[in-house]
Amino acid sequence: MTEPAITIAGLHKHYGDLHAVDGLDLEIPRGEVFALLGPNGAGKSTTVEILEGFRKRTAGDVSVLGVDPHHATKQWRSRVGIMLQGTAERGSLTASEALRYAASLYTSPRGVDEMLEAVGLTEKAGSKPATLSGGQRRRLDVALALIGRPEMVFLDEPTTGFDPEARRQFWTLIESVRGDGTTILLTTHYLDEADHLADRIGIIAAGRMVALDTPAGLRARAADARVTWTEDGVTRTEETATPTAFLRELLARTPEEIAGLEVVHPSLEDVYLRLIGDAANVSAGEDATQEGSA
Amino acid sequence: MTTTRASSVPTWMSMTRGRFVVEVKEFTRTREQMVFIFFFPMMLLLLFGSVFGGQEIADGVSFAQYFLPGMIASGILNTGFQSLAISIAIDRDSDALKRVHATPLPATAFFAAKVTQVLAVSVVQIAALVAIGVALYDAELPTGSGWWTFTWVFLLGTAASTTLGIAMSSLLRNAKAASAILTPLVLFLQFTSGVFLVYTQIPTFLQHVAAVFPLKWLAQGMRSVFLPESFEAAEASGSWQHPATAIVLALWMVLGLIVSVRTFRWTRHDDN
Repeated sequence: MTEPAITIAGLHKHYGDLHAVDGLDLEIPRGEVFALLGPNGAGKSTTVEILEGFRKRTAGDVSVLGVDPHHATKQWRSRVGIMLQGTAERGSLTASEALRYAASLYTSPRGVDEMLEAVGLTEKAGSKPATLSGGQRRRLDVALALIGRPEMVFLDEPTTGFDPEARRQFWTLIESVRGDGTTILLTTHYLDEADHLADRIGIIAAGRMVALDTPAGLRARAADARVTWTEDGVTRTEETATPTAFLRELLARTPEEIAGLEVVHPSLEDVYLRLIGDAANVSAGEDATQEGSA
Repeated sequence: MTTTRASSVPTWMSMTRGRFVVEVKEFTRTREQMVFIFFFPMMLLLLFGSVFGGQEIADGVSFAQYFLPGMIASGILNTGFQSLAISIAIDRDSDALKRVHATPLPATAFFAAKVTQVLAVSVVQIAALVAIGVALYDAELPTGSGWWTFTWVFLLGTAASTTLGIAMSSLLRNAKAASAILTPLVLFLQFTSGVFLVYTQIPTFLQHVAAVFPLKWLAQGMRSVFLPESFEAAEASGSWQHPATAIVLALWMVLGLIVSVRTFRWTRHDDN
């Protein structure tokens, strides 16, 4: 296989004392759909904007399609499609004019009409951004990012603010692109979106990668069940892969009625929340240590 | 999705041309630009011309005739400097510039398209102003060497205005401040540079202040094109001062270029 689409090694981005990205390592092979998942302020967009060549990094090595994006060339730009986080409400060009202009910048662009159809904007081809809904503008942004037939696509929080129906449509659109070998890096704070679209998910919190796995792998982490009960007036918890066996043993040694007995299978969301929660605790602990030593 | 092969590989020229068309559409479809930048000098020419038009300034030159070159000069400043500074500041604030930067469009093609758009708008604007002047206020078209003077004053004035406009867009911290800061600045120059008032009739110290900035020289250069030769004696220095005009405009252009190159950024100031 060829070199990876993206290589990140020891990436740091500091704003004064704030470590927005705090030592990130990642490799994304070509053709993969990768989701960077995390809460607001976790460092997702900072990382993506460094990869897009918009931000300088404090330290670390980064390569996108074999090029350091900090030294992006126009040739490199023609191989990369970018959908920024915000959407353009202004602008005097109609959807089809904007796409036609964008297509003229690339050597082998996708067709304007096909692109409009793919994002469901055929009816709105003659509309300007001001008369499109937020979701429609976002779909036009996707079309603009894909029109140049890029090898690498960045989608920064593509569905934030979408209603569930619009998000489903967006997912269908992305699935239609992934087939032709395009590498996609998307950021999201929706777990179900990452689960649905991505080959692999990187969970990022406080600027660090706290988990890197396939959706199935992450779900497997949720396999352990949590048994909760009260014994001698104390609430106790046991996490176990074999809750039935554990219950049998618990019942055997406890003849009386067990108070507050509960068996819970954590969802993927519980796994996610615990991961980002741990990261928040770790960084809070570090802050306390730093303050103590200061 | 099926493949559509483009018939041609994009070149610098084709991308500049394509961007020029986009810039012209953006300008002509923005009401503020059309009203306050494009039509404003014409409205002022008609207004001042009908109010003060008959007054004679010097030997057979009416105020309306004096006002025409002033309006042409400030049209160049409006379109190049004010409009460009504000529109680029807005585009930077709204991430429109960042979007441009995300495409393979070369920066030189982007600026070439902007400058060409300014030139195109200015040419149409000046043609309309001259047509109004000729039709209503007995203005005369330049002859012979007048066209040559017009051409270099116009090109040098536009060059200085556009580079200063791009430079100013970076110095302004945000788009909201842009028009609030630039409008009074341009108004001050218009009052002191021989546009709204006759240059020789304002206090000498204000003349000196105005003489630092390009508009005074641009207006004087345009007067040398559109007013009779006899008016030259009525200028503050008794001369059209062509060499000095070329030098001052060129210096401002170079200053604008240096500041532009050093300060221009595609992203917001807080976005790094």
